Amino acid sequence: MNYRSSFFILTCVGLGFAFLYIPILSMVVFSFNASKLVTVWDSANSPTLKWYYTLLHNEEILDAAWISLKVAVINASGSVILGTLAGFGLARFSQFRGRFTLNAMTTAPLVMPEVITGLSLLLLFVALEQLIGWPAGRGITTMTIAHMTFSMAYVTVIVNSRMASFDSALEEAAMDLGARPLKVFFVITLPIIFPAILSGWLLAFTLSWDDLVISSFTSGPGSSTLPMVVFSKVRLGVSPEINVLATITLAVVSTMIVVVSLWMARRRKLDKAAA
Amino acid sequence: MTASAGGVVKAQTWNDPSARPYVEVERVSKSFGDFTAVKDVSLKVYKGEIFCLLGASGCGKTTLLRMLGGFETPSSGRILIDGEDMTGVPPYERPVNMMFQSYALFPHMNVEQNVGFGLKQDRLPKAQIQERVATMLDLVKMGDYAQRKPHQLSGGQRQRVALARSLVKRPKLLLLDEPLGALDKKLREHTQFELISLQDKLGVTFIVVTHDQEEAMTLASRIGVMNHGEIVQAGTPSEIYEFPNSRFVADFVGSVNMFEGSLIEDEPDYVRIGSAELGGTIYVSHGISAPPGATVWAALRPEKVFMSISAPAGGADNVVRGNVQDIAYLGDLSIYLVRLATGKVVRVTQPNTSRHAEAIGWDQQVYLSWDATSPVVVTR
Amino acid sequence: MVALPYLWLLLFFVVPFVIVLKISFSDVALAIPPYKPLLEWVGKNSLAIKLNFDNYAFLFTDSLYLHAFANSIKVAFLSTLMCLIIGYPMAYGIARARPAVRNVLLLLVILPFWTSLLLRVYAWIGLLKANGVINNVLMSLGVIHEPLTMLYTPFAMYVGIVYSYLPFLILPLYANLEKMDWQLLEAAEDLGCRPWQAFYKITLPLSRNGILAGSMLVFIPAVGEFVIPALLGGPNALMIGRVLWDEFFSNRAWPVASAVAILLLLLLVPFMMWYQSVQARESAGAR
Repeated sequence: MNYRSSFFILTCVGLGFAFLYIPILSMVVFSFNASKLVTVWDSANSPTLKWYYTLLHNEEILDAAWISLKVAVINASGSVILGTLAGFGLARFSQFRGRFTLNAMTTAPLVMPEVITGLSLLLLFVALEQLIGWPAGRGITTMTIAHMTFSMAYVTVIVNSRMASFDSALEEAAMDLGARPLKVFFVITLPIIFPAILSGWLLAFTLSWDDLVISSFTSGPGSSTLPMVVFSKVRLGVSPEINVLATITLAVVSTMIVVVSLWMARRRKLDKAAA
Repeated sequence: MTASAGGVVKAQTWNDPSARPYVEVERVSKSFGDFTAVKDVSLKVYKGEIFCLLGASGCGKTTLLRMLGGFETPSSGRILIDGEDMTGVPPYERPVNMMFQSYALFPHMNVEQNVGFGLKQDRLPKAQIQERVATMLDLVKMGDYAQRKPHQLSGGQRQRVALARSLVKRPKLLLLDEPLGALDKKLREHTQFELISLQDKLGVTFIVVTHDQEEAMTLASRIGVMNHGEIVQAGTPSEIYEFPNSRFVADFVGSVNMFEGSLIEDEPDYVRIGSAELGGTIYVSHGISAPPGATVWAALRPEKVFMSISAPAGGADNVVRGNVQDIAYLGDLSIYLVRLATGKVVRVTQPNTSRHAEAIGWDQQVYLSWDATSPVVVTR
Repeated sequence: MVALPYLWLLLFFVVPFVIVLKISFSDVALAIPPYKPLLEWVGKNSLAIKLNFDNYAFLFTDSLYLHAFANSIKVAFLSTLMCLIIGYPMAYGIARARPAVRNVLLLLVILPFWTSLLLRVYAWIGLLKANGVINNVLMSLGVIHEPLTMLYTPFAMYVGIVYSYLPFLILPLYANLEKMDWQLLEAAEDLGCRPWQAFYKITLPLSRNGILAGSMLVFIPAVGEFVIPALLGGPNALMIGRVLWDEFFSNRAWPVASAVAILLLLLLVPFMMWYQSVQARESAGAR
């Protein structure tokens, strides 16, 4: 079939992926470069692991990473709960008061520029503080709330879309056999849509872990996240420790993606057979 | 077609005026917005019956079934099961179970867990659940597959598991939504008889929804033909086939030749109909009730028409001449399309009883005739 | 059941916007927080609402802001176009590939998507700077004799935006193309259409929803983008996201920043609604 192997298409795909990956690979390569200038290869001393050592002992970065981790985990777990409820509700109940609003509120954050969301949340926290005394200053709590607000939109979309291809006969069959609706949700629906919920959790985690703009607006003194620290370093130019960070991040993300997709592929067989 | 096993119900309970119906649908209607899916339907189903709701898609049969199962609430009317009003009762509180068209087996549980799910909801002791599940699986011949997951089973095997799951709770009523639709022809025939024998053994009342009239005729003790949300006729398969009450039913179940005409003579024990379509007269040896001058239709089944090359003996009634326009040879029988002088095409089926019979060929002039008892007169 | 997320979003998503609106009408103050309250007690029993439209007037008259808005739209638009040009063939190629190859290619597209945007933009700093990789390679090959100035220019910003948002375009477009019935192209060819014509007349129109969805996912956030202009664009790369950040953090002019946010929001709402309707159409068609 001439469309498949069209030379033009192949070239485009090849060049496109090269475009996507050359920057990433260059970061990885230069993380082993001994020179402090990062991009000027010091062939006398390279490749070396010295920057890896430096990074893993950098207090500032380690503290920031720890904060990012805490926020990301709480955010992911909270977003998954909120997002699953919203996604399930939007998919199963075709009419309820406020459906249109809920739908709009869960899709707007997907495209909204982060500066707007960040600014508005900060102003909210300030106003709340004036009004009722909570939250007292900004920090991890406010950041987590902010992250949950936009992450949950992503989870909602994922769960909603998964429910669309979910055979409602399964839920009806369970009810027919005597299970009450709440039980059906926990014993039948949740286990079956679990992969979608898991990918929602991972997405929420990643969004929170990588977030810069919203975190900057809603954080306080002493609660700098990893991206915030990276940003302040990077504004000044390149830094070999950042290359190392990038390489480590890449390694973790790729491993995770490969593991998760293999697991998903196995489960897809299950779902297909049940349809 | 071999004999229908609808005779599971030994006495024809529905004809006994003192018998109490097991399931009663009382003037039930269901509307979705301004669309009325079920219009004022009343039905009595008796214990141990296999009752089939037969109709084309969109006729409301599935909606009616879902109301019986508790998945939809009637807009008006009542549903009684074993004497109790179950109209607003949710599915998990009804003594009714349903076998879904897609089987709806839980993909994350194995066969044993699927079948035992309903018993678990009733909080039966584990040992009892195991025992009943094992018995049921043996009954549907799936005992060896207890540990398998649904995606490891074939379509026919999944169907049997779905059946086991819906019967293991010994429901008062089992609802089946197009139970044989997903199976291929040979498997379907085999399963039809298995279904009937299973029902006989367990004595459960079945209500089946199907669009396949052959399936309905095989399975049912009685059939309810539905059209546009209403039950247009309910009766045994032979009643429906031989005595349809309307053109719709006559046409829907099996093939039929319909001749429009008007009453020439209307007597208590016979009628004579003149039909321009036919180009002749039809003599029917029973009386009908119709207002004078009304248009009537005579329904004639293709297998009840005799075809001959020479003119048959007898009067001018119930005979007509035509030309063979088309022949379809189906092995066990042949279908002939005969064109009359009026332009109407009549469908005749003849069994191929002997191998080298005098073959009637294309363009052959033939005489079509039939018994006075064969036509059914319908007035709507 | 949906009450919980509904209330959460109402409180933490909608209410903030109301507050932003409110503050955009207030005066700047040297206080914490740096704005004056909107409602003031005048005398004993009357409450006055002071709506200060100065902030908005300021934005409209000062050419900096108008320029920033216009530039942001221009940059976002051109970036979207470039993403389309690069991304469409890629999405098409992936959709047409054999299933085994396709899954690998998809993973390769998804991987950058899950890697921090900040780090990926950082990668370009290393590539584009004066003694960066690109200059070093070109110089060592003798193609140029002096390093090219690529970093801190609008060029770098475009590269950064296209690079970062490319996966956001490819994925929805791929999802749309994957559902296409390729036999339509065979039918077209059978009827005398040449491959390019078939693409133009059949594939392109059918992928319209995917193109729109992907474009909106790039365009709308790109208008308000901050990180990329801050790291790669020079002082001349005037983007409204950056302006908002500076007003807020550097100038502590919260009311003006709020006004900027409101105007930006008003500008983008039509596009967001368009995106919603495209999504609704796509899911309705899928059913």
